[in-house]
Amino acid sequence: MEDKEIQNESIIDRKIGLELLHKMILIRRFEEKSAEMYTKEKIRGFLHLCIGEEAVAVGVMESLTEADNIMSTYREHGHALARGVDPGSIMAEMYGKQEGCSKGRGGSMHLFDTKKRFYGGNAIVGGHLPMAVGMALASKKQRQDHITCCFFGEGAIAEGEFHESMNLAALWKVPLLFLCENNLYGMGTALRYSHSVQEVEKKGAAYGVESAAVNGMDVLEVKKAAKKAIGYIRKTGKPYFLVCNTYRFRAHSMFDAELYREKSEVEAWKERDPIPTLRTKLLKDGLITKDDIDTIEKKVKAEVQDAVDFAEKGTFESVQDLTKFIYSNQR
Amino acid sequence: MTDTKTVKITYREALKQGLREALINNQKVFLMGEDVGRYGGAFAVSKGFLQEFGTDRIMDVPLSESGFVGAGIGAALGGMRPIVEVMTVNFSLLALDQIINNAATLLHMSGGQINVPVVIRMNSGIGNQLAAQHSHSWEPFYAHVPGLKVLSVGTHEDARGMLATALEFLDPVIIFEYTSLLNIESEIPFDAGAMDIDKAKVRRQGKDLSIITYGPGVYKALAAAEELMLSGIDVEVIDLRVLNPIDNTTIMNSVIKTHRVLIVEEAWRSVSVSSEIISRIMEGAFFDLDVPVRRLCGIEVPIPYAKHLEDASIPQKEDIVESVHNMMQHD
Repeated sequence: MEDKEIQNESIIDRKIGLELLHKMILIRRFEEKSAEMYTKEKIRGFLHLCIGEEAVAVGVMESLTEADNIMSTYREHGHALARGVDPGSIMAEMYGKQEGCSKGRGGSMHLFDTKKRFYGGNAIVGGHLPMAVGMALASKKQRQDHITCCFFGEGAIAEGEFHESMNLAALWKVPLLFLCENNLYGMGTALRYSHSVQEVEKKGAAYGVESAAVNGMDVLEVKKAAKKAIGYIRKTGKPYFLVCNTYRFRAHSMFDAELYREKSEVEAWKERDPIPTLRTKLLKDGLITKDDIDTIEKKVKAEVQDAVDFAEKGTFESVQDLTKFIYSNQR
Repeated sequence: MTDTKTVKITYREALKQGLREALINNQKVFLMGEDVGRYGGAFAVSKGFLQEFGTDRIMDVPLSESGFVGAGIGAALGGMRPIVEVMTVNFSLLALDQIINNAATLLHMSGGQINVPVVIRMNSGIGNQLAAQHSHSWEPFYAHVPGLKVLSVGTHEDARGMLATALEFLDPVIIFEYTSLLNIESEIPFDAGAMDIDKAKVRRQGKDLSIITYGPGVYKALAAAEELMLSGIDVEVIDLRVLNPIDNTTIMNSVIKTHRVLIVEEAWRSVSVSSEIISRIMEGAFFDLDVPVRRLCGIEVPIPYAKHLEDASIPQKEDIVESVHNMMQHD
């Protein structure tokens, strides 16, 4: 990867600008609709929204190929949508319908789509990191050139599994992108109450893992940093640790009264909302017009409505099938 | 016509032959675990393998149980056929998150999209004066979890042949091997090979009473049966072999035949495998019983170091003989 090429990542054309904006707006509106459907009791269980963090999912996914593996957390709707998982299959999953991407067995926290190489939706904090190391190890052993991208929150960094995984990935030299979405809160406990070293990207050095931090509220900066990281991984076969500093505007889940942070803090972060940030830049640079934005909003509205319609029309699996998918019993 | 010639072999050598054959037969198979390579395996089961198969197939791992077990699961997702060796069952507690939350759930949570063809082997059992932290019997723990296939290797033919079959299945398999049996010699068929991993086995036919057991209990029960025969008591010995899912048919057929059941296991008594077997007999063959089912289990104490106390913590051959006599007098 030439540095010059990476520099060019911040220069975008109209087509890419519209694509990025469309994806971020799709995630935003999809999440808003999910919250609405939760209050209407169409969706139950835990629901974790990524509103405010859209730039990370969209900026990173741009640089991955279809052959690359993705592993994610319980706040993964945005990652799944950015990866191209069908919005209807995600909404149907949250409705508990068998047309859902995990046949209604997983719900909001466990979205899977192997055709997109999207391996969850893993809801034990840090628990998927060792598996991501293993997937990358399998790629290396089979001399495949794809990489594995593992999303996790900064909360996972306090888990032993993060440290074990960083060590193993570096020791075995596997093509793995550790992608930390640092939204400053592990549920309701702020980073400063959880970590002795709060510049979490510094932890990579202890394992000899190349590391960087980036403004996760700007999709273009995320895209550039991700391109650099992924280029490094493809070139060297070694892991990379990228921290995207971001913020969730909504509560941790639908049960969260947000007692742990000031409204003013949330409002201050909203000033850095990744969607207006990109929109303003594209308008200012003359790459798009207000009509383009209206067009995107209309298109997204239809896409989200289609997803809801698909979920509404979906069917519930027969209770007789309850014990399916425990053992495959296949050889 | 099968070859009826037999060879004398230690349990360790039987395990080693099975493992070596697996590595030769399938290039996707690799062994990862603590000290499996340069040290030759904590119990010398993989001695010489590093030289024979190289570092890509025989991977020493750091003391990161959650990390490397998770990596094994991930490598299975990525298309490999990993055999993960956790040195002893005691350390597997550090990897329970990976085994229970990931290996056992992914098929179900993904609506049947993801198979986890990983084999996890661990040494287990009591009898070497290793004290409380190194003398666990966690078979009941693992047998409790839907999604895991749990095998207990109580004989030499299973030591030789269970692994090959486990590696054919697409579901995660946990294999318990026993330290106390490693140096014991026994005859196995000259051409011994793959063994089924579905059924319990009648290790000794008898008509008066059924001893149902697994693991180190098998040879103890067989020895007790020989002694009891001198008193004219003809005992049947059932080796459960597969602790999850349990083979009901073999158990019920034996109860219907002998009408008396003694269960022998080294794990702690409460909420154990024997608890489950007794429940099933109550549900399925209560009216076939001539006397109440009895069981000999591990005494509920952290296993002590001192030899005489350790011996007293688990059922011995003499205890089995005595219990059977008592049950026979009950008539």
